[in-house]
Amino acid sequence: MSMGSTVSSRSELYGQRQRRLIDAIELREPDRLPTILFSHFWVARYSGMTCREAMYDYEGLAAAMRKAVLDLEPDAFQPVHSLVAFGPTMDILDYRQLEWPGHKGLPEDVGFQYLDAPYMMAEEYDDYLLDPTGFMLRTYLPRIAGRLEPLSQLPQYPGVLHTRIIQSMETYARPEVRRALEGLIEAGEEMQKMRAVQSRLIEELKDLGFPVASHGTSHAPFDVAADYLRGSKGAMLDLFRNKDKLLNLLDRLATLIPPAGITAVKAGGGNMIFIPLHWGLDGFMSPKQFTTFFWPQFQKVLLTIIEAGIYPHVLWEGDCTSRLDVIKDVPPGKCVYFFERTDMFKAKQTLRGTVCIRGNVPASMLIAGTPDEVREHCKKLFEVVGDGGGFILDAGVGVPDEAKPENVLAMYQLAKQCVY
Amino acid sequence: MDARGKQLVQQIAEMQEEEAVKLAREMLDAGYDPIQLLAHCREAMEIVGKRYEEGEYFLPELMLAGEMLKAIGDMAKPLIKQDAGGATAGTVVIGTVEGDLHDIGKNIVTFMLEINGFRVVDLGIDVPIRDFVDSIKEHKPQVVGLSGFLTLAFDAMKKTVEAIQEAGLRNNLKIMIGGGQVDETVRNYTGADAFGLNAMDAVSLCKQWMPA
Repeated sequence: MSMGSTVSSRSELYGQRQRRLIDAIELREPDRLPTILFSHFWVARYSGMTCREAMYDYEGLAAAMRKAVLDLEPDAFQPVHSLVAFGPTMDILDYRQLEWPGHKGLPEDVGFQYLDAPYMMAEEYDDYLLDPTGFMLRTYLPRIAGRLEPLSQLPQYPGVLHTRIIQSMETYARPEVRRALEGLIEAGEEMQKMRAVQSRLIEELKDLGFPVASHGTSHAPFDVAADYLRGSKGAMLDLFRNKDKLLNLLDRLATLIPPAGITAVKAGGGNMIFIPLHWGLDGFMSPKQFTTFFWPQFQKVLLTIIEAGIYPHVLWEGDCTSRLDVIKDVPPGKCVYFFERTDMFKAKQTLRGTVCIRGNVPASMLIAGTPDEVREHCKKLFEVVGDGGGFILDAGVGVPDEAKPENVLAMYQLAKQCVY
Repeated sequence: MDARGKQLVQQIAEMQEEEAVKLAREMLDAGYDPIQLLAHCREAMEIVGKRYEEGEYFLPELMLAGEMLKAIGDMAKPLIKQDAGGATAGTVVIGTVEGDLHDIGKNIVTFMLEINGFRVVDLGIDVPIRDFVDSIKEHKPQVVGLSGFLTLAFDAMKKTVEAIQEAGLRNNLKIMIGGGQVDETVRNYTGADAFGLNAMDAVSLCKQWMPA
């Protein structure tokens, strides 16, 4: 085969894979069942790296991602650096919202974990609502990163004007503020190193015919309130103790959240966004609480993103079967719902003609099952959920870190045999 | 039950936190028997638990009920001269397994087991295998609950079950696992006796395992 034809067949492959995904999302039958490779640490482990190495060794992780993509040949891949490779940057920042491998006593080969805690106190709702950006810069960043503590001294600009702005420059030369600002630059340079490695990998895999799954991330307003601001306990109690303020916050967040993700996706030249959800599932909230505090505000985020010409991939964590009738209220052919434990057959019944479904080979099967079981399960999913198109095969929340390679290979290989 | 007691039970069960805590304070200030007051709280918790089981209440209500119970308990307990003691439905040692830092599920299970009369020894999160073994020796529970949200918990659960077996403590002990991703495959993999997807599953397993 000549060089020229190889390149053209690779760019054809790239186009084919993109079309396959778009066909599924827009609820047409693609040529065959599409797949996405999404994983946090499995990619690294598959190449014999520890989780710690994955978070610190950019080049090693790029080689691991390349190997996984070439071996599995998914129709799109989620670049893994943006998901895990921020160890050095967190060290610079003295970052406090995560525990990660090899840090503070966690073993070298476990994934990182988010520390659930209140990062905005109940009495700070008004501060946030009055000036979200000021709150994030002067209160939130100092709380979540030791190096950024002095940012609490930043001038309160709405009240600092005219020649006072000139005088306020003094703040930035204070030794502790200077150290924080230098920390921002150091962290920024480190992040650019990581991004450079990831960008090279993305270009390389593009040349080999593999598209990126999504170029940005967004959130549900309630998740931001519960996970990142009030902590899970605080948010749950606020449903009673600070109901009106919480509702105000959720309304503001519905407007504040989308621009960041939309900007990232457009900057990356893509048209898909990833939205992991944490609090929408059955059992956490009552149906009434869900339709008061979760869905309306999240629906607004979804519609804003869709209007910007971007396809949301919404990861509905846990089992969301009882939510299906509510969450089907989105424009048809524009959205992917990525399910973890939701009943896929009921999901197909309810969402057919509206939403493309993605998922959900169970983590337990990929970790403790056999390739035969995986193939059997995938076949069944294709037959029922894949009927008429509108289905993308994936694991429950992406490939779990501990999945057996032979099971993962079985899953991606089987998809290639699922022809429409 | 007297009118104030009845009102207290109702306010707690209806999630009227401010009113309930205020009323409890007033009752204690007026010399109300603190042991009796806590009995009302228990009764209210039974209603809350029942509504949770019936799908009327969810995690936010359990969380708020727990807060009310704690606030009222903190007021009443210092006034009680001696521990009322009393029989328990059984003892459960519970914890989130090594490497996993999640605790919401475990806390809700603990709360529901306590409402149902079990004595629960909660070892917390990221619990070393050794601590489970030591705690079983010390508290002699009928049931051990291993919690874990992450997939890394599967191996930690398996190793914990094996260590319990090796320590010769597996006989006459039931082990249940719970968490976001457990299912029959994981149960089989870990060697546990049963898995549960929510706090009700945990309560009914424990009840079913108690010697008659």
